[in-house]
Amino acid sequence: MVLLSKRLPSLLAVRPVRRRKILRSLEGYLFISPWIIGSLAFSLGPILAALGVSFMRWTIEGTPRFIGLSNYVTMFTYDPRYLKSLRVTLTYVLVGVPLQLLVALGMAVLLNQRVKGQNVFRTIFYMPAVVSGVAASILWQWMFQPDFGIINNLLKTTVGIQGPQWLYSEEWALPSMMIMKCWGVGATMVIFLAVLQDVPQHLYEAAELDGAGRWSKFRHVTLPMISPVIFFNMVMGIIGGFQTFTPGYVMTRGGPADATLFYALYLYYNAFEYSKMGYAAAMAWVLFVIILVITLIQFWGSRRWVYYYAGEAR
Amino acid sequence: MSALTDRWARLSGKRFTDALIKTIVYLLLLSIGFSMLLPFLWMVSTSLKSMGRVFSFPPQWIPDPPLWRNYIDAFSQEARYYHWTRWLANSVLIAVGTIIGNILSNSIVAFGFARLQFPGRDFLFLVLMSTMMLPFAVTIIPLFLMFSKIGWIDTFKPLIAPSFFGNAFYIFLIRQFYLTIPLEMDEAARIDGASSLQIWMRVILPLSRPVLAAVAIFTFIHSWNDFLWPLIVINAATKWTLQLGLLSFRQDQMATNWHHMMVISTLMALPCLTIFFAAQRYFIQGITVTGIKG
Repeated sequence: MVLLSKRLPSLLAVRPVRRRKILRSLEGYLFISPWIIGSLAFSLGPILAALGVSFMRWTIEGTPRFIGLSNYVTMFTYDPRYLKSLRVTLTYVLVGVPLQLLVALGMAVLLNQRVKGQNVFRTIFYMPAVVSGVAASILWQWMFQPDFGIINNLLKTTVGIQGPQWLYSEEWALPSMMIMKCWGVGATMVIFLAVLQDVPQHLYEAAELDGAGRWSKFRHVTLPMISPVIFFNMVMGIIGGFQTFTPGYVMTRGGPADATLFYALYLYYNAFEYSKMGYAAAMAWVLFVIILVITLIQFWGSRRWVYYYAGEAR
Repeated sequence: MSALTDRWARLSGKRFTDALIKTIVYLLLLSIGFSMLLPFLWMVSTSLKSMGRVFSFPPQWIPDPPLWRNYIDAFSQEARYYHWTRWLANSVLIAVGTIIGNILSNSIVAFGFARLQFPGRDFLFLVLMSTMMLPFAVTIIPLFLMFSKIGWIDTFKPLIAPSFFGNAFYIFLIRQFYLTIPLEMDEAARIDGASSLQIWMRVILPLSRPVLAAVAIFTFIHSWNDFLWPLIVINAATKWTLQLGLLSFRQDQMATNWHHMMVISTLMALPCLTIFFAAQRYFIQGITVTGIKG
């Protein structure tokens, strides 16, 4: 019936139908136009504009002046703080993101063991994720306080060791922030848990028939089945990690001795405290290229380890 | 003790390992749960202590006596500099504005992607999905320059206006929901002479309350906790959000009034936690959809 009502008019009269089809298409574009305008005005446009600004010397008050590639040259040859910020951020991403994924996956696997009170644990595990921003950073600054903070107190009273100076130590400041970030992995954990619950039971049963133990089932059934989600969380986690700003700005202002000078933080300082808009824009563009390249590498590499299950439709 | 070892001995082989693993799982769950709660407990505990007790060793977990007065005193400090009620109003206003913007724009765009046919739709949707990966940090300088050129600095407009132009995450989330509504409903309405706009308003919107609730909740949490963008576009103290206000409070109180800072941190976390407890279902579903199908 539907087929007939769709075909019949087109056989009888072509032109009005075509006109209606064009109108329909126009209508479709009209509906999605807010997003098209928005992404041109607020993300794609600005990214291209940043490229233009990056070739300028641009202070907030003065008139911009074209200086070619100078900003890029300065960045890599005359600015050790820039290279430091790049190193800090790469360390944070390469160590911190895998750590977060492990913690989130570990929590999800534990929750998936058909435990009693699963919902209560899930609530508690997710809770920290809704608290972020300045309040969370200040809270953790107080937790990490070397003399009166709870972390060193617990270390002293339960384990009997003197904790490090945490945010005041050049060595420990960045690891402190990685630890803090693990507190807020609730969203990632919820995604992992949902996908773990979706792994078809019969795959485990088949593996058991083949004599697979716990580890072997996890390694050869669970991991491949959830690999697309690990991949998704990894890509998004790395992109987010490169843009880390708030903990550095609020807790340490990038110190001690630039140990937590995140890329985005140094970019902010250049733009809004040293009034070097052009230089900051050049930094932004290098960041864009780094993120792009790393994301593409991940997509390319994903063919080796991400497995898309083509089982029954959900 | 011996009765216990007897029982363990009797649980031989697989049953023994099962019981052992179960015990370890619970122990781990409990200790992780404790670590997750610890910062909250410490925050509330500190917020109820006197300054002397804040710096006592070993730390006191349950403040004795609890100083509920802190919750008033924290705000009475130099009221000239700290416009807490003003900042609260600003934060709420911005949150409400972005919620309205996000619900309107994203549900319209999602309707286009889920319910209408037009050439290039699937390609554009792919573009939409990849814009999720565009780093915000790269755009802040041109955005700042643009908004200062049109005189929007120190207004809420740069914080609210972009939400009226769609957000890839929310569009995706709503589209996934719209796809589950049978297309026959649109067709039936069309036969009755309804336009697409009417179908969106009368047929689809009333059915999509759960997903719009999820978008509203995520938007609130995001707007409430947002820091970098307000920091850039707002300078005047009367226009600050709570996040900016708390930052300046922290900078003045540095390393002394932890109890007052914890009072304000507790109060700032409270709305988000309340919403989370009240609407946990929407959180879990929303996150699951964007994470798994994405």
